[in-house]
Amino acid sequence: MTSQTQSGTGGAFARTRLAKRGKVRLARGTILSFLLPFFVPFALFYVVPIVYAIWQSLLKIQRGAGEFGQATTVFGGFTQYQAVFENGQFWASLGRTLEFGVVQVPVMLFLALVIALLLDSKLVRGKAFFRIAAFLPYAIPGVIAAIMWSFLYHPQLSPVVDILRHIGVNANFLAPDVVLWSIANVSTWLWTGYNMLIIYSALQAIPQEIYEAAKLDGAGAFATALRIKVPIVVPALILTTVFSIIGTLQLYNEPSVLAQIAPSISSTFTPNMLAYSIAAGNNYQQAAAMSVVIAIATFILSFGFMRLTARRALQ
Amino acid sequence: MTPQVTTRTRSSAVAASSTRRRKTDRESIAGRIGAMTVLVVLTIYFLIPIYWLVVSATKSQGDLASTFGFAFSGFHLWANLKALFAAQGGLFGRWALNSLIYAGGGALIGTLISALTGYALAKFAFRGREALFSIILGGVLVPATALALPLFLMFAETGLVNTYWSVLLPSIVNPFGVYLARVFTAAAVPDELIESARLDGAGEFRIFFQVAFRLMTPSLVTVFLFQFVSIWNNFFLPMVMLQSQQLYPITLGLFNWNAEVARYPDLQQSVITGSLVSIVPLIIIFLALQRFWRTGLAAGSLK
Repeated sequence: MTSQTQSGTGGAFARTRLAKRGKVRLARGTILSFLLPFFVPFALFYVVPIVYAIWQSLLKIQRGAGEFGQATTVFGGFTQYQAVFENGQFWASLGRTLEFGVVQVPVMLFLALVIALLLDSKLVRGKAFFRIAAFLPYAIPGVIAAIMWSFLYHPQLSPVVDILRHIGVNANFLAPDVVLWSIANVSTWLWTGYNMLIIYSALQAIPQEIYEAAKLDGAGAFATALRIKVPIVVPALILTTVFSIIGTLQLYNEPSVLAQIAPSISSTFTPNMLAYSIAAGNNYQQAAAMSVVIAIATFILSFGFMRLTARRALQ
Repeated sequence: MTPQVTTRTRSSAVAASSTRRRKTDRESIAGRIGAMTVLVVLTIYFLIPIYWLVVSATKSQGDLASTFGFAFSGFHLWANLKALFAAQGGLFGRWALNSLIYAGGGALIGTLISALTGYALAKFAFRGREALFSIILGGVLVPATALALPLFLMFAETGLVNTYWSVLLPSIVNPFGVYLARVFTAAAVPDELIESARLDGAGEFRIFFQVAFRLMTPSLVTVFLFQFVSIWNNFFLPMVMLQSQQLYPITLGLFNWNAEVARYPDLQQSVITGSLVSIVPLIIIFLALQRFWRTGLAAGSLK
């Protein structure tokens, strides 16, 4: 502690000297050698692919005359985008994903909020255990989680189906009209704990005095949670919603795994699966256009949501 | 602020307190039972697939279909592990090693470069600093899956497809890590310390590695952990990039085995045992390093 104060006073002296020489005057080469190790790979593997995808999406393959005509890549303007927007499978996959998100994201975040509020209240014992249990699925890769759940959905192997049959319910988790929600359950299972911890951290940051004031005003635990805690964690809820919207539009792993046992999941079930199957068919230009459309849709939805909630907050 | 509140309540609350207390007591017993019930039910939901996996990994292939999924039946874990690591010429061990290389190597390099840049953004004053930081924040919002296909096309032209590099190189870039490193550095490394080290004639790199790095270590563990898990769990990028089974990480390998179960039914038990083996290291890391997770998520929630 003392050494710190000593260096502190030395620092004050140093500061005035450095202010003249200027922190700003740090050699440009020094600053760059701190920044470049990150920004070179960032440019190569984040920025360039985006630019490259946009460029590819503006190209098209042109076949020469005759059956064995040479295929050449030429500039095609927006033809690929036109093809994407005229693709019925694209709209179907997008619609399915939106239906998924409109239900799954609110359900998951509601669960996350409830758990966070309960763990933050004085009503519960064994908080550390409950917190870890909820967060544990986050440690499990999406593919592995989907494999685990696929066994719990499997008509012949699932103990859940067994139990339900025992009490007279004939459940088929892989039926065409159910399977979307079976996927939603895997996502909810994976991400509820993660979102819960973000909300919980925000709750923990609330100063205790606020609660004391509320208590003295006669507010019960429920009223405190609803009128004080929830409004304060709204920014955390917005953050988790935006991340969830981004994740939903990228949906790929879970439906791909479940497709291995559920014939009702086609290879064009989600936009990302469709883009991949188009790329696998060697139509890279159209796959690139679809990736760009998915990315733009993601940005519109997540920024749209942020703008919408920001306006609400101002009113 | 507090004295004002207390005087106001002393006068008003005392009279009402006795009736109110009886009410809140009853309320809190009901509340406690309700709260515990909700949490116990949800905890069963979170743990039951993992419990099922543990039970199933101890069963023989035959018992998988013929016995109730949540009940133990015989103990064949060791035999299953042996079969798992022997299947198809020991491929699973190779996949596990690959996952370790991708996640360990990627997260190690990624954390180091995130720390350098985060430190520079927090402690050096230069023009364009805020603009660079905004670009990084924009990078946080770019979904990694959106980058995989264009990366494949680029790598195909440079001949990097189907090599270790094709998965390792893109994995080292972690914009969220830079964000965390900047936030943590600003809080953990005092300016005075850097300035006095400069007065002592230390170069900027020496200051970073010998003074700042030690103070940043706890937060860098957090950055490392998040990146390690996200690479370990990655599936789409390796799937797009790799054709050779020898280069697969565990996730992609088990996915492929799972697809082959219809043709080779014996693989089913190996998929289950392999799933258990692949999550055990992560669960151990999770339980051992809990406080680092919480710091990382708290920083995320506070912006």
